[in-house]
Amino acid sequence: MSKKTPTLDRRGFLKASVATSMAAAAPMFFIQNSYAGSHAKTFRNMPKADAKSVTLGFNVPQTGAYADEGADELRAFKLAVKHLNGEGDGGMMNTFKPSALKGNGVLGKKVEFVTGDTQTKSDAARNSAKRMIEKDGVLMISGGSSSGVAIAVQGLCQEMGTIFMAGLTHSNDTTGKDKRRYGFRHFFNAKMTGSALGPVLKEEMGTERKAYHLTSDYTWGWTQEESIKETTEGLGWKTVKTVKTPVGAGDFSQYITPILNSGADTLILNHYGKDMINSLTQSVQFGLRDKQVNGKNFEIIVPLYSRLMAQGAGKNLQGILGTTNWNWALTDDGSKAFVKSFGKEYGNPPSQAAHTCYVQTLLYANACEVAGTFYPPEVIKALEGFKFDGMGNGATEYRAEDHQCFKDVLVVRGNDKPTSQFDLLKIVKQVPRSAVEYEAKIFGGELGPYKV
Amino acid sequence: MIKKILSSNPLIMLIFSAVVLSAPIWLTPLGANYPDLLQKFAIFGIFAIGYNILFGLTGYLSFGHATFLGIGSYTAVWSFKLLTMNILPAIILAMIVSGVFALVIGYLSLRRSGIYFSILTLAFAQMAYSLAYSVFTPITNGETGLQLSQQDPRVLDAMAGIAVTDGIPSTNLFGTLIKSMDGYFGFYVAAVMLIIAFYISLKIFRSPFGMKLRAIKSNQTRMKYTGFNTRPYLLTAFVISGMYAGLAGGLLASIDPLAGAERMQWTASGEVVLMTILGGVGTLIGPMLGATIIKYFENIFSALNDSELHNIFDFLPAGMQEFMVTVVSPFVGEGWHLTLGLVFMIVVIFLPGGIMQGLNNLFGFIKRLFGLGGSSSSAADTVSKGEAS
Repeated sequence: MSKKTPTLDRRGFLKASVATSMAAAAPMFFIQNSYAGSHAKTFRNMPKADAKSVTLGFNVPQTGAYADEGADELRAFKLAVKHLNGEGDGGMMNTFKPSALKGNGVLGKKVEFVTGDTQTKSDAARNSAKRMIEKDGVLMISGGSSSGVAIAVQGLCQEMGTIFMAGLTHSNDTTGKDKRRYGFRHFFNAKMTGSALGPVLKEEMGTERKAYHLTSDYTWGWTQEESIKETTEGLGWKTVKTVKTPVGAGDFSQYITPILNSGADTLILNHYGKDMINSLTQSVQFGLRDKQVNGKNFEIIVPLYSRLMAQGAGKNLQGILGTTNWNWALTDDGSKAFVKSFGKEYGNPPSQAAHTCYVQTLLYANACEVAGTFYPPEVIKALEGFKFDGMGNGATEYRAEDHQCFKDVLVVRGNDKPTSQFDLLKIVKQVPRSAVEYEAKIFGGELGPYKV
Repeated sequence: MIKKILSSNPLIMLIFSAVVLSAPIWLTPLGANYPDLLQKFAIFGIFAIGYNILFGLTGYLSFGHATFLGIGSYTAVWSFKLLTMNILPAIILAMIVSGVFALVIGYLSLRRSGIYFSILTLAFAQMAYSLAYSVFTPITNGETGLQLSQQDPRVLDAMAGIAVTDGIPSTNLFGTLIKSMDGYFGFYVAAVMLIIAFYISLKIFRSPFGMKLRAIKSNQTRMKYTGFNTRPYLLTAFVISGMYAGLAGGLLASIDPLAGAERMQWTASGEVVLMTILGGVGTLIGPMLGATIIKYFENIFSALNDSELHNIFDFLPAGMQEFMVTVVSPFVGEGWHLTLGLVFMIVVIFLPGGIMQGLNNLFGFIKRLFGLGGSSSSAADTVSKGEAS
């Protein structure tokens, strides 16, 4: 009964072929209609006519460098679901217009949700998104905090035919070269940051500076570096060097020491989350901000800011310039209603990540109401070119060509005289939408089909 | 006579195939019947079976096998980008390329044994991970991960006249045979691969080659004194297990065409070691069991939350229910690692032979219970020991 060598003899071949044909036939027995074509108008996870509820999936980083943002996003999602189901004070549901939301769930079905941990890793995020789609039957996935993850999940959602409402993702690629028909982004991007920041930099720091970039080594860092470089070089600045750092590095001292002797007088930190807190704190500890180079004060710029990061970086952030999508100190009705309702629920004001996630959830629900169905192609058409107001950013439009929202951008500065532990960012300038707009085709990319 | 039939290859293969192919049925009550998880079971089963050929038979503990998984994935995605969306060339290329890498890494690492070998493989794996993460960004797309795009050349598809008009085409098997690797199709393709992989592993276990590998494990010095040069055998085992990992990586990419560097991280290498030890080192199906259990924990336990726990303990009176939820909740959700750690500790302390040893003890107990005599071996026994009689 013993076999000499693992070669494929006649019997082995027969056995293998039997196994193969069994496997090929197996789907017939286990899955209904496995070899039949799909019917028109049915779609993945279509809720039954008599279903009482629908499920949404919130995929956020609960561990890793962006965990703080993820936690705040999850709070916002829970609040949005509450408001959609008609519980709580309604928040921005009251200021959002034109709104078709009724406060009784979406299309009369109660909204439920499942959550997942992206771990800020593309693989893990896709696994978790797949689980939500295949096992939990979600109709829409939202969340983010890393553009790498957002792009990976967006690609998956396009294949699976599930709508992806991106949370915090700032890379140009999300709605640029990697844009997808099923992906939508409310957040602004690196290109807009550059356009908004340029004039302020010129005014405050002049036109003769030498910039040194430290950049997170992934899609967001790359595009932000590119956009900021384009802006600053347009002002007449020189770029001394750009250095890529791994995400979640923790210790940045090996990257900071070379800056001291590089002849640069400006440091641009293309970092976010805990990375930015660490790199900024260490830069200040190395005495960069007290230095004089080329007869100018050494300056640090953090193009993408958030209040959560400001909380982490503390005093080091005072006086440093950057941009943000939204800030809780805005005084329009939408922002006030949202801050009030979020504060009542959780005891602290929302971050910009929370804001964008809350808005995205409401926008998806509204699009379903407008379309009168959960059928993704119809929902997508309702979102494309949708113009709205009262969500904290003034008049906003979802551009149909690339699924990017266009709205005002805030240039902010670390507050040197904070009046409370949350009053950390001072709004320097509210840059109007017209100043940050660009042509959709400059980044290339294809949206892809409506029906998959 | 019965003993002979029970341990014969065709019967084992038949039972194995039946169990694997019917997985969607018997996993339903466990809440694990959804394509993504089934695919993971099959793919990581292949990975663990291959790893076991090295670790289980020769006792050489490699801490860098995720490298070959990652290389397989990258190769497969590049094949989709440059050649064709057909998965067959992608998988074959993935196996060849990881085989070549395994040859080089194995040749260098196998100059040492024991802990030094482990450290060398770990070093190579970390090197490969760092390279993929930063230096080789043009090839691997770094942190973002390698993805397909509509503009990819796909030379063979273009020659066959397959025009891409809308969106990224999906991976397939000869276009018409299986149009898309989504869902259950992906699982059945992976399952067939698993069955073939298992068959080859069975043949290796029961061949003179497998015997020599086992001899290396029991006493390499003595083997050398009898005139055997062990290095070629070790290297062959290393390359075979590397190709198994490449196959698993290629399948991962076929089902979800994205390759990220984190697939090669040391935690991923450690995972396959855990799978093998948990299931039973050196047994035929143990590593696969280990892979299934770990993937089950990772996907099901990590997704449980308090409200679901309340549903599970619904049958208890209110006070007890609260109590049970409070006790259990640290072990599910984000705490699934804790549960896995506990299970692993219990297995290693009480069942050093892994879950297969536990099963054997159980079978032995049942046999004694019915007075069937202690010494005769059942099919399960034979499979677990993989004897080469």
